[in-house]
Amino acid sequence: MGGLDGPPKPPALGDAPAQPGRPSKSVRDPGGPKGAPVLQVSDLRTHFFTFGGSRVVKAVDGVSFALREGETLGLVGESGSGKTTTCLSIVGLLPRAARIVGGSVRFEGEELTRKSQRELRRVRGRRIAVILQDPMASLNPLFTIFRQVAEPAFFHQHLRGRTLRARVQHLLKAVRIPSPEWRMRDYPHQMSGGMRQRIVGAIALAGGPSLVIADEPTTNLDVTIQAQYLDLLKDIQRETGVALIFVTHNLGIVAKMCDRVAVMYAGKIIEQAPVQELFDDPKHPYTRALLGSVPKLGSKEPLYSIAGQPPNLASLPPGCPFHPRCREAVERCATAEPPDFHQRDGSVARCWLLEHGAARS
Amino acid sequence: MAPPVLEVRGLKKHFPVRRGFFTRQTSAVKAVDGVDFSIGPGETLGLIGESGCGKTTTSKLILLQEAPTEGSILFEGRDVAGLAGAELMAYRRAVQVVFQDPFSSLSPRMRVRDIIAEPLEIHTDLRHSAIDARVGEVLELVGLARDVAPLFPHEFSGGQRQRIAIARALATDTRLIVLDEPVSALDVSVRAQIINQLEHLQRTLGVSYLFIGHDLATVAHISHRIAVMYLGKIVETADSDTLCARPMHPYTQALFAAALPSHPGERSESGTITGEIPSPLSLPAGCRFHPRCPSAMPTCSQVEPALEHRDGAGLVACHLY
Repeated sequence: MGGLDGPPKPPALGDAPAQPGRPSKSVRDPGGPKGAPVLQVSDLRTHFFTFGGSRVVKAVDGVSFALREGETLGLVGESGSGKTTTCLSIVGLLPRAARIVGGSVRFEGEELTRKSQRELRRVRGRRIAVILQDPMASLNPLFTIFRQVAEPAFFHQHLRGRTLRARVQHLLKAVRIPSPEWRMRDYPHQMSGGMRQRIVGAIALAGGPSLVIADEPTTNLDVTIQAQYLDLLKDIQRETGVALIFVTHNLGIVAKMCDRVAVMYAGKIIEQAPVQELFDDPKHPYTRALLGSVPKLGSKEPLYSIAGQPPNLASLPPGCPFHPRCREAVERCATAEPPDFHQRDGSVARCWLLEHGAARS
Repeated sequence: MAPPVLEVRGLKKHFPVRRGFFTRQTSAVKAVDGVDFSIGPGETLGLIGESGCGKTTTSKLILLQEAPTEGSILFEGRDVAGLAGAELMAYRRAVQVVFQDPFSSLSPRMRVRDIIAEPLEIHTDLRHSAIDARVGEVLELVGLARDVAPLFPHEFSGGQRQRIAIARALATDTRLIVLDEPVSALDVSVRAQIINQLEHLQRTLGVSYLFIGHDLATVAHISHRIAVMYLGKIVETADSDTLCARPMHPYTQALFAAALPSHPGERSESGTITGEIPSPLSLPAGCRFHPRCPSAMPTCSQVEPALEHRDGAGLVACHLY
């Protein structure tokens, strides 16, 4: 879509995925839950093979979700639950030891898992953009802001000269960098942390993506700057209709930003639900425990603490991976792994306790 | 009320900035610029603010890692500036610290036993066996097994390492622990464990905490009183409940507005303040918050407000009240 920047004129505000007016408008109006999904991940399995393949770590083990235009999916979990590996599998940026061993990633009707790196390069930065946690690490300290923000437009949309400069200024303005015509000559170290992360946001939008994957983009930011950044992302999404995957361990961010939530534990999505349902009526004991362990403003109630540690993926317990830490575990949990149980309110959870509720609905 | 364990009066720390060949002092970074607070026995004072507001410099001053430019720190009624010899050692014994990142605050080459025993070896003349017994005791206090003593830090998860750091802080006869963002580096499910553990330890041992953090909900949960810092000054202090019920300073209100909702039903997009923290090198005149303040008045850019009593006990520095 973003490649439509044919005529050499600066794109107007409204931003990336397409020329202002029409396409983005039509994208926005359905409000998300209609039409074909932008991204459809089914039964994705990504394993790490170490020690010459003698040790297999199932970092992502059967993950399925779908994402529509303008929708925001929150991918929640503790460190090591497979959130980041899921995202890297989608864009084909896995480290060497990791391999996608099964499942499919369909993006705008194309299968991404079978594409070569060369083909993927035309997808990444253009139709799928990634925002990573540490803006200092994702910006090159040796290049000016202009050069880095211009790169996607230079390669994917073949903009040059004055058009390119106008495009960069426009993008920087969209992420609220003051006096962009001056600031684009600066280097990353001359910017504050919040500004750097906004620059990374501008780079992500430069190709006019229809999917942005944000991997804990606000972890290093201060609270007031975080709130500004999250509001900015929402505004951009409203204007352009991009689909967002928000990877986070912070349930507050999920409550603020997301339409749907997928909770990951040990490489699997153990509960997936619309955000309202997840907070009102969490189905999986792990989700309930997570929600209970977050301090709430103005409440001094003792926090619900989950016993034990997040599991080691190299040696998972048999049965449900959460059962050793689960307060509601029954005998069966230790022997058989629960399948997905679809609930009446549209949520899906993997827990044996839901078997009967699911059967009834 | 019992006399405070720690009292800080008019504390200032200015870092000189030198420029040019002749290294004249051109200006100063006023990292901490006139801070007063006190912490009672068994009390938790939460110190909250964004990065660069002087929270960590304040903690360094209390831990005697920096010498204050002005002002005094009183520990159990005595000024710590004049301490030397045995008295200084006693102060260092009584005031301990737990840092944010348990991966870098524990030496990877030392066994857990040696990490926890180090303060005991420095400060006490206990025998080897008595030290071992004390190490086992504090390990149990923080919810670890006695037999983890011979292990190395890399064999533990983040939460367990933070417990080891807390055990080290408790090893001597500690009366005040400075907790510098002790849970921000931990996983969500483990954070609750550590917070509950800290609260439990305070109830059983009666230690005081200075809890430094930037997450409002966490600080409000663990603290009895909260001090909000902005650019080296305290702008508001109050009981945790009072502050949560009615934040008065516009900056405190902005922090509350920026706090993330605990339920999607509480979403709001308005009320976030614009701009970023100005550089402490060139502080704005008058009230330091006025360039970002939504309710700034003409006087705010000229006269610096002093801390005044706010309603419902506590202090606030703002011309609005």
